[in-house]
Amino acid sequence: MHPAPSVIFFTAFSGLGFGLLAFLGLGMPGLNGWLAFTFYFIAYAFAVGGLLASVAHLANPKNAIKSFSQWRSSWLSREGVLAVVTLIVTAIYAIGRIFFDTSMPALGAVGSALSILTVFSTSMIYTQLKTVPRWNSPTTPFMFVAYSLAGGALLAGQVTLALFTLALYLLIVAAIAQLLNWRVGDQRMLTSETNLGTATGLGNVGVVRQYEPPHSGKNYLLNEMVYVVGRKHARKVRRISFVAAFLIPVLALLAFRDAPHIGGMLAIIFHILGVIGSRWLYFAEARHVVANFYGK
Amino acid sequence: MTTLPSQTDTKLGLVIDLDTCVGCHACVVSCKGWNTQNYGAPLSDKDAYGTPEGTFLNRVHSYEVQPDQGPAQTVHFPKSCLHCEDAPCVTVCPTGASYKRTEDGIVLVNEDDCMGCGLCAWACPYGARELDLMAGVMKKCTLCVDRIYNENLPEEDRVPACVRTCPSGARHFGDLGDPNSDVSKLVAERGGMDLMPELGTKPVNKYLPPRPKDTLDCGVALNPVAEEAKGFLGWLDNALEKM
Repeated sequence: MHPAPSVIFFTAFSGLGFGLLAFLGLGMPGLNGWLAFTFYFIAYAFAVGGLLASVAHLANPKNAIKSFSQWRSSWLSREGVLAVVTLIVTAIYAIGRIFFDTSMPALGAVGSALSILTVFSTSMIYTQLKTVPRWNSPTTPFMFVAYSLAGGALLAGQVTLALFTLALYLLIVAAIAQLLNWRVGDQRMLTSETNLGTATGLGNVGVVRQYEPPHSGKNYLLNEMVYVVGRKHARKVRRISFVAAFLIPVLALLAFRDAPHIGGMLAIIFHILGVIGSRWLYFAEARHVVANFYGK
Repeated sequence: MTTLPSQTDTKLGLVIDLDTCVGCHACVVSCKGWNTQNYGAPLSDKDAYGTPEGTFLNRVHSYEVQPDQGPAQTVHFPKSCLHCEDAPCVTVCPTGASYKRTEDGIVLVNEDDCMGCGLCAWACPYGARELDLMAGVMKKCTLCVDRIYNENLPEEDRVPACVRTCPSGARHFGDLGDPNSDVSKLVAERGGMDLMPELGTKPVNKYLPPRPKDTLDCGVALNPVAEEAKGFLGWLDNALEKM
């Protein structure tokens, strides 16, 4: 699949933003006034920035408002509705914290649950696609939510040591989710029943090979769904993104245990770079079954 | 609503004969022509007189099939929307632009609602949907819905443009939900098949596999008639060999 920067930015930063909102809603850290404002500013910048990036991906954004209508059947629509509801609920909670020094724990908890649900629905947009065997597995939502919570804990964790330890554990969980996703994804590709034989129905006759493509130039399908560059360097990008997203942050947290601001900052910077690398690969490495028709 | 109808009154679709198709691409051209001049946004070409790249609703692939025994076969393979009964492109649509008609099962895009997110094209295993980069909306085969019911056209023209134009009679149009229709009989007789049945999309369009080939005694016809050169040519062959 074509790794469009808008979609990479969208999944990476909305995940981080909603992850942070999930912790803030639980009062982790339980701040008021200007300090709370700073945290909410970061959370909203990431979450809303990510959502705006996804709008940049649309070819006809004037109809974007209509995407809130099909929540009964479409995961993309559900994601949009949940994102807006979450942002409104958490905003009410945040206003209480920032301006009135009050906490509404029940509302905060609802906001946290909605934040996680939003990230889950983002992941379901990809998980639901049978046409991309690598994505079509339960490890996809597990990975998206685990990344979101690990990143959220890191972003939320600068002031309390307890959250620091939590961030450490969540990073390890997310690392396991990532490894699982790669492993299961590789297996899905190997065990996929779909090939040029089933795609054309000619597999019963013999071995099928494309000898002439249907068009001499490129087209939307090739640009969007038959992206082959990413597969070449997949192993290297996996190693680099894993080191950046998990290994360095974990080591930074452990090494700077007495200076959590420095350790936290290092961990956050490398984790975000790692998330972007991993998301790039998530798209670039995925093979859509339509590639079969083109023998690619 | 982008939920699928539990059943449709008829199942209009195409039957494509892979034995008869000669790969002339006439269906591709007539499809582009009709659908550029009629319903919806025209099918644009990017840099029409330069690098050819544009939107098409129908494309013809060409494959070589090598059976276990005997020579390889050429199969031309036209591919367009299969108007699936369980169309994944419809249910993923967030705006309600994609829908499957209850009356005849045709899968359509309402361009006034489409936001061009492209998720339906991702959900389609067949590459049947192409986003038009000029119009910013998703384009797909309409089964020429503006021809088949069009009483302003002579009756023989009330079939999809690709079917009307096919010079080899490789494309058939009809109701695949009616077991007594000509197309259903053809499918039954020739062993019509689904594409990627493992993905559970239940396509309405069917493909007729190539008929089994004659088992000509190819070996004899292609045996060399003279293994060793004799006479003057033999001498020349030897002389050249030694140089």
